[in-house]
Amino acid sequence: MAIDLVPVWTVILGFAVFMYVLLDGFDLGVGILFPFAPGDAERTLMMNSVAPIWDGNETWLILGGIGLFAAFPLAFAVIMPALYYPILFMLLGLIFRGIAFEFRLKAKSGRKWWDRAFFGGSLVATFSQGIVLGAFVQGFEVSGRQFAGSNLDWMRPFPLAVGAGLVVGYGMLGATWLLMKTEGDLQRWAGAKARACLIGVLAFIGMVSAWTPFLQPGIAERWFSWPNLLFLAPVPVVTGLIAWWLWDSLARGREVAPFLAAMGLFLMCYLGLGISVWPNVVPHTISLWDAAASPKSQAFLLVGTLFLVPIILMYTGWSYWVFRGKVRAEAGYH
Amino acid sequence: MDVDPVILSRLQFAFVVAFHFLLPAFTIGLASYIAVLEGLRLWTGKEVYLRISTFWIRIFAVSFGMGVVSGIVMPFQFGTNWSRFSDAAAEIIAPLMAYEGLTAFFLEAGFLGVLLFGRQRVPQWVHFVAAVMVAFGTLLSTFWILVVNSWMQTPAGYTLVDGRFFPADWIEVIFNPSFPWRFLHVVTAVYLTTAFTVIGVAAYYLRQGRFVQESKVMMTMGLLLAAVLVPAQALLGDAHGLNTLTHQPQKLAAMEGIWETRGGQPAVLFGIPDASAETNRAEIAIPKLASLYLTHDWNGVVQGLKDFPPEQRPPVAPVFFAFRLMVGMWAVMLLITVWGGWLGWRRRNVASPLYLRACTLAIPTGYVAVTAGWITTEVGRQPYVVYGLLRTADGVTPTLAPGDVMVSLALYAAVYSVVFGAGLYYLVKLVRAGPGELRHAAEPGPEQRPARPLSAADVEI
Ligand code: HDD
Ligand code: HEM
Ligand code: HEM
Repeated sequence: MAIDLVPVWTVILGFAVFMYVLLDGFDLGVGILFPFAPGDAERTLMMNSVAPIWDGNETWLILGGIGLFAAFPLAFAVIMPALYYPILFMLLGLIFRGIAFEFRLKAKSGRKWWDRAFFGGSLVATFSQGIVLGAFVQGFEVSGRQFAGSNLDWMRPFPLAVGAGLVVGYGMLGATWLLMKTEGDLQRWAGAKARACLIGVLAFIGMVSAWTPFLQPGIAERWFSWPNLLFLAPVPVVTGLIAWWLWDSLARGREVAPFLAAMGLFLMCYLGLGISVWPNVVPHTISLWDAAASPKSQAFLLVGTLFLVPIILMYTGWSYWVFRGKVRAEAGYH
Repeated sequence: MDVDPVILSRLQFAFVVAFHFLLPAFTIGLASYIAVLEGLRLWTGKEVYLRISTFWIRIFAVSFGMGVVSGIVMPFQFGTNWSRFSDAAAEIIAPLMAYEGLTAFFLEAGFLGVLLFGRQRVPQWVHFVAAVMVAFGTLLSTFWILVVNSWMQTPAGYTLVDGRFFPADWIEVIFNPSFPWRFLHVVTAVYLTTAFTVIGVAAYYLRQGRFVQESKVMMTMGLLLAAVLVPAQALLGDAHGLNTLTHQPQKLAAMEGIWETRGGQPAVLFGIPDASAETNRAEIAIPKLASLYLTHDWNGVVQGLKDFPPEQRPPVAPVFFAFRLMVGMWAVMLLITVWGGWLGWRRRNVASPLYLRACTLAIPTGYVAVTAGWITTEVGRQPYVVYGLLRTADGVTPTLAPGDVMVSLALYAAVYSVVFGAGLYYLVKLVRAGPGELRHAAEPGPEQRPARPLSAADVEI
């Protein structure tokens, strides 16, 4: 009789996905804000602020993807085909963006094109991720062990709205990151953008929160039935407090607090999402336990994961430490 | 004819994986080469090794970066296009693939930064250790991914319940029958690919009279490695083939173009396999030779394709030609190695412009050979995705329409050509600049980050 590893893998996978959203979120956000920057010198600074860390950030995507495949294979086999196009666009966006990063800083000619590729790639990747999220919450048509809907099921109002919301949300993460990493005019500009994005994000949070319960009766029941209502009431309250903290710290010209608060907002949304879909890994149809790999497979991978992930985390922390402080033009990365 | 999503998905998979593999085919070998150079420098203290190593580290950084970017696409392919295969085989292949990802991330996180940016900041021996660890990491990646592939070729250590594979014995899964030979043959292949790239680049400089000291060292090292590995590869390939004969007789018959089962099989040098007539056209063959190298007996019996019902045979022509292309590239490598040895023996290495030109022209041999080898292996596995147990057509995502895969394949092709075209252009520029320019280039400053491969190469383009 083995111990149930499903909760362990749920935590590991949930953590990997959240790490990805936070970390790649702010660097994708910087890409989204890119064309609106005051000038070329500022754009170079913006890029430099995320250049040292972005591809480490992106690796969490692989861990999340392969982790899902290994720990909850049935979910992988259902979700990936359902999201054929959003995933395709996300991958292509990420390729463009990754390469644009490198070449923009070196290109003598064609810099404009790499600028566009960087912005376009970031925007497309983010929008696609939002669609993935929205379609996920909405749920998929499943028959037997396979997806049974159409490849265009994600083209519905809710996923598209979440896509737009995520663009604004990553924009907010990116702006608060820049607020922390830059100074002078660029910092003031970032502050203004952060405020604008925050307003947008709050509008989207309100909209999605009002909309989600109507997607599936189960979700409304989860949130509004007694006594859940009592236990879950803190979620919107804390979200409101964090939003206020973010607004206030922006107004007071704080540098670090806004970034922390923005991450806090993401954490609350993530929690809310988890509450809505728990205990399913394919919302409304397949539970974590039904989708889980056999204990033998889960245990085999757990050994290496428990050994390697802490080391990876330590390194991630270290590389952020090495590149702490403001980015400046003269200390640019080339 | 109706194009079905299975064919298109196969094309798409072949395209993205072949593209991806071209980069590891070079970087796995290069990582080991850099480790050797760093070791030699530590041991002998000679500057020239430092210059060569610094030069190749730049090239490595760009190729490795592109390898990672093209690799990110790969695991998602399994879910989007091969969902039924994923559902059936995940319990076995997914943890193995996850190990590949984890070990790759681990190495990238820990040692790549030190190798690319740390020369000035850590003692020499630490830099050497980092180089060794990066090389070790690429070999670990190779190990795990080849376990996955080999298991699909020669499945072992599983139980099959309701059409799904479950692990019964991980050791048997990992060391499945084709894995040891495949691993040795592939590692040798990527080392050869790197060796012939290094030789070709060195020859290019020598022809122009630039970086003569560095190039002579590169040339000698490359040729010495080739002198060992080119013959070894033929032996390993032979052993790999014998293993295939045992476990995948249809594939072997397709490779050899053998239709009839009989003793004293001829070795077909050339021919055009005709699947409908079940024979080869325009065949040129050496009597009895195939029986000799396959059974070590002039009259040994080898099974032909006619022994298998048509729906269990792989497409013969691609397997047959790809195999010949691979062996042909081996012959070119052998020629370059022997010729170089002969010139070296007569001390005329540098003086023969014809030879140097031939070396540069031979740069693609490795890349062509590995791609051809993979086509042999993968097309030869058809019509199965898990050999003998799961048909490729039963592995594809059921909801895919042909239009979907056409769109995605076209987009991959377009984006890969733009993005990796730019990368290739950049690599060529780096090679043109050569190791000499590095003497002026400053070491990267502290603002440069450890985790970003490409920024290690800061030549402007
Ligand atoms: C530099 C590259 C290179 C060179 C010179 C050769 N090969 Fe190779 N070969 C590969 C690179 C490769 C490869 C790309 O690495 C493959 C594809 C999959 C695999 O296992 O190795 C391969 C597959 C492969 C297979 C298929 C096994 C299977 O799928 O079951 C056989 C029988 C051989 N090789 C045999 C040979 C022989 C007899 C060679 C020379 C006389 C030879 N190879 C030269
Ligand atoms: C080692 C990891 C690899 C795995 C797990 C793998 C797996 C697969 C899968 C799932 C397919 C699609 C299904 C099928 O057609 O059977 C496929 C097809 C194919 N792969 Fe691989 N592959 C690997 C490496 C490679 C490499 C490095 C190449 C390089 C050229 C390659 C060349 C091909 C080709 C040409 C096909 C199409 C075969 C056909 O459909 O006729 N594979 N492989
Ligand atoms: C279906 C087949 C394959 C899949 C799913 C796959 C997946 C990946 C992924 C996700 C990466 C990026 C890892 C990172 O973030 O660092 C990568 C890189 C790499 N792959 Fe592949 N790959 C495949 C085929 C191959 C083959 C056939 C080989 C070699 C024999 C190979 C060797 C490597 C190496 C050496 C790297 C770069 C270095 C590294 O990150 O370790 N891959 N691959």
